[in-house]
Amino acid sequence: MIRLTTPITEEAIRQLKVGDEVLLNGNVVLSRDMGHKFMKEQKPEWLKPILENMVIYHCGPVVRKNPDGTWTFVAAGPTTSIREEPYQADVIETYKVRGVIGKGGMGKKTSEGLQKTGAVYLHATGGAGSLLAERVKRVVDVKMLEEFGSPEAFWIIEVEDFPLVVTMDSHGGSLHEIVAQQSQDRAKALMA
Amino acid sequence: MSECVVPTLTSAEVVASKSLLPQGWKADMSNLAGLDLTLCATELLRRTTSRLPQDVIDALVKGRDAEEPGSRAFNTLNDMVRNIILADGNVSPLCQDTGSIIFWVRHPFGFSQRAARKQLRAAVMEATKRSWLRPNCVESLSGKNSGTNMDPFHEHHPAIHFEEWDQPHIEVSVMQKGGGSENVGAQYRLPDATLGAGRDIKGVRKCIIDAVVKAQGQGCSPGILGVSIGGDRVTGWERAKELVLRKLGTANPDPKMDVFEKELTRDLNTLGIGPMGYGGATTVLGVSAEEMYRHPASFYVSIAYMCWSSRRGTLTLAADGQPSYDL
Repeated sequence: MIRLTTPITEEAIRQLKVGDEVLLNGNVVLSRDMGHKFMKEQKPEWLKPILENMVIYHCGPVVRKNPDGTWTFVAAGPTTSIREEPYQADVIETYKVRGVIGKGGMGKKTSEGLQKTGAVYLHATGGAGSLLAERVKRVVDVKMLEEFGSPEAFWIIEVEDFPLVVTMDSHGGSLHEIVAQQSQDRAKALMA
Repeated sequence: MSECVVPTLTSAEVVASKSLLPQGWKADMSNLAGLDLTLCATELLRRTTSRLPQDVIDALVKGRDAEEPGSRAFNTLNDMVRNIILADGNVSPLCQDTGSIIFWVRHPFGFSQRAARKQLRAAVMEATKRSWLRPNCVESLSGKNSGTNMDPFHEHHPAIHFEEWDQPHIEVSVMQKGGGSENVGAQYRLPDATLGAGRDIKGVRKCIIDAVVKAQGQGCSPGILGVSIGGDRVTGWERAKELVLRKLGTANPDPKMDVFEKELTRDLNTLGIGPMGYGGATTVLGVSAEEMYRHPASFYVSIAYMCWSSRRGTLTLAADGQPSYDL
């Protein structure tokens, strides 16, 4: 088990390999479909200090607003990452992002982006919304809540021992590619 | 990490003690047109969003226990069980994607569908307000979120299927269908030259294998498949989704189809996709297939993919108005 705390250096990221189990601490930034389209097309400057050497989390949480105006994350598991494939590599490069958390894995373009910039893809257990929300210590801030709505906003949260697995590393390794290849071969045999 | 978590859920008594329904609440079945389902349907959503059906939990545990202890597949299934216990105990959503909401209502003559539609919509709005449901209904083009889970244009979300039947009681079933799993569902038209799939049961089998391989872990495997063979593009899909409501481990009433499902489930679990696509022997928890009519020129195979967090439940209002929940 490897403990990492954001912000993360490129050097630390380059040491991670597919299959490594990671407990993540510190701030992470939530972003999904609307956020990624926005980051690629508009490249807002104000996000740069928020994202540099940080980790993006593909997640649209269930949140509760407390009477004192603060927010609580009620359920916060990962959403399917492949939808961000057209945007992810650009976002990683533009903002020097060191990690992307999601589920289901991503494609070749993202893998090339991870290698070029020095970043990894971290897999969280899909559907484990309650379990992962327990690891959210607090909501630090939220951006674009009005414009995007709660599932799509840039939530900035602090996490504690957030359980993840490296499934795509900065050296071109991808567990998703291996499993896909093996299952396709097996499917051919089953269909023969 | 590798100890087997035992999925002990809150007892039925504790669940009932947290119910929104006042103790002794009963529906007045002598006045069907004047029924108000709002409260009992909100209670149904409270349960479905935070509790999984026992058959699904049993299947997940069985899958975990068949995986190598300490493997990623084992640990992932164990985390799923942990999540089930937490969500139940906290009455919080099992998954942040609380899904699209689909109701099936079966009722006797004299019941008002118009009134029930209003009440079920009110129940969904209330459950959203209480953070049991995420606002999941947005304008397609702008992405604008109403925040209420109501269709901003018509009344198509929540989806409600009504059926009048000859029974004296009312059943309201609900499914919370996540977007990730919905995206990996597939509809095939046979014959399919690419797959070498003809218009027979072998061809159907090839479509299903292909859909599961294409889905990988992206529909949150291990998945539960509803498969309709035939129908048109709409009735096929509709039935496929409804088939996901069938309890895992119950036999298909059609003995031939039952054998087909069992063999297919076994074969799909040799694909090696595993929980969340991490690799492993638990790729699907079950398949529920049904043959339908078709137009002579068409042959559709519609495959609804449900994630492991198969949130479904049924509220029954007995002939005497007594409410009961299967969760």
